[in-house]
Amino acid sequence: MEAKGTAFTYGDNVDTDVIIPARYLNTTDPAELASHCMEDIDASFAKSVRKGDVIVAGRNFGCGSSREHAPIAIKASGVSCVVASSFARIFYRNAINIGLPILELAGAEKLAKKGDEIRVDLATGAVENLTSGAKAQGKGFPPFMQGIMKAGGLIEYVKARIASGGAK
Amino acid sequence: MAMTMTQKILAAHAGLKEVEAGQLIEARLDLVLGNDITAPVAIKEFAKIGAEGVFDKSKVALVPDHFAPNKDIKAAEQCKVMREFALAKGIVNYFEVGEMGIEHALIPEKGLVLPGDLVIGADSHTCTYGAVGAFSTGVGSTDMAAGMAMGTAWFKVPEAIRFELSGELRGWASGKDLILHIIGLIGVDGALYQSMEFDGKGVAGLTMDERFTIANMAIEAGAKNGIFPVDARTREWAEAVAARCPSADRRYTEYAADPGARYSRTVPIELSALEPTVSFPHLPSNAKPVSKAAGVKMDQVVIGSCTNGRIEDLRVAARILRGRKVAKGMRCLVFPATQAIYLQALREGLVEALVEAGAAVSTPTCGPCLGGHMGILAKGEKALATTNRNFVGRMGHPESEVYLASPAVAAASAITGCITDPAEIMAAPSRADIAR
Repeated sequence: MEAKGTAFTYGDNVDTDVIIPARYLNTTDPAELASHCMEDIDASFAKSVRKGDVIVAGRNFGCGSSREHAPIAIKASGVSCVVASSFARIFYRNAINIGLPILELAGAEKLAKKGDEIRVDLATGAVENLTSGAKAQGKGFPPFMQGIMKAGGLIEYVKARIASGGAK
Repeated sequence: MAMTMTQKILAAHAGLKEVEAGQLIEARLDLVLGNDITAPVAIKEFAKIGAEGVFDKSKVALVPDHFAPNKDIKAAEQCKVMREFALAKGIVNYFEVGEMGIEHALIPEKGLVLPGDLVIGADSHTCTYGAVGAFSTGVGSTDMAAGMAMGTAWFKVPEAIRFELSGELRGWASGKDLILHIIGLIGVDGALYQSMEFDGKGVAGLTMDERFTIANMAIEAGAKNGIFPVDARTREWAEAVAARCPSADRRYTEYAADPGARYSRTVPIELSALEPTVSFPHLPSNAKPVSKAAGVKMDQVVIGSCTNGRIEDLRVAARILRGRKVAKGMRCLVFPATQAIYLQALREGLVEALVEAGAAVSTPTCGPCLGGHMGILAKGEKALATTNRNFVGRMGHPESEVYLASPAVAAASAITGCITDPAEIMAAPSRADIAR
């Protein structure tokens, strides 16, 4: 599992209100949500992001609301991975559950400038800045999350459980 | 091994004798909650699972509160998705607009959460119910869908920060000021992935409404949950709820942290030292004492939300606004958090006092708190709100600003048109009077 693309860089405490402002939460359509992704922090993001690009940010990425629309908007915008120093708890959980690759990397914001080419190995947690040559080691997914991701997300995991008679 | 209060509730619901921080567990759920924004996504995912029904029709709660009453056609469609799902699946706890309220005020009021319960909700402020000694935490829509199907969820057992409260609040300082002060102290990720356990002799003096306010904002410090010990006030609250709601007339379990439980740190807070506090844009952690915030001109004041829309909050606002007038050019909006609170405020004459002062009193909704509807800010405007978040664009235009404070500061500021220490308007009542 590898993610590779151009970096969009942000600071600490990128909250879910700037990732997808509440005024757009009257829809659940991923494409429509993606068209407003990051609008209040980076108005040009939705127009300039391309498939495979990587978001690199500081501490507490995704803080605030529990809206799953936030990781859905990022995923639907084509982003292949979010690398951050740390993630807010609910965002972290939601990203795993919907299959948006994320990676915790201490000091992530120092690794890349906007526009750098970034490669992320999601299994090992290795991150490389192909523009500057800098390398860093993040935390790969813990085994339990890998299990859910292997099943294709939480829904597939639960489906499998129900099919095997694990719950009514 | 000695466990924290949170760990004991998680262990009991996982059928384990003990758990330790970092352990992954699967736990039984007492309630799964969703609203008109998060439930439609969960309902889509629920359909993919292929489960016929929900795990327990009486243990799922659906509340249209964010964009309800329907703010536009798209919001109406979202509410309709939830309404039809509730009907089709026989969900007992679906609350239509005339009986609803903001979910985190409504759920405890209806007795759907009691001490010792384990609750997940697809809304970040689900942590509110820690006030009654329950474990409750916000999750996303997919977790909600899985929870509705299975009646279980997985958790990573958190470690905890212990907030040792001493003394008693003084003057106009309230539970809101305490939690804003704490977030200012530890930062918006100061409790990331952890529990915030409130403890110490100072807890006894905090009213239930204040405890709801405090637990509600645990998420603003990044916490998984905030929780209070069960004491005489909690038991009295539970008795009153049981007398009102047959569904709440059930046995509950009181959990308490073990002596010797390990905490990542202990933060002592002397309540008598706190003063009314204001959090400046654009983070709840930008907290300043009102004495250092006074004079900033406001365009709007919002009193309400899952944080501060309860009866005590309205009493404080009405006490200050009664016989006075909202400043010329100021928009003062008041949102009782539930229909029952609205009715009580009417009966106590609070609504009359607020309307006479020039405030607009609305039906319950999350509306302006998240920039949804009913009080959106234009470019460059400033609002002082008793809500919980002041992020960029939270209440409207990306270049507008939100300042967070208590109902007392909000009411005082509505009168003067700028951030004002309520003590300048009138002397504070005694604590016993606030908690009557």
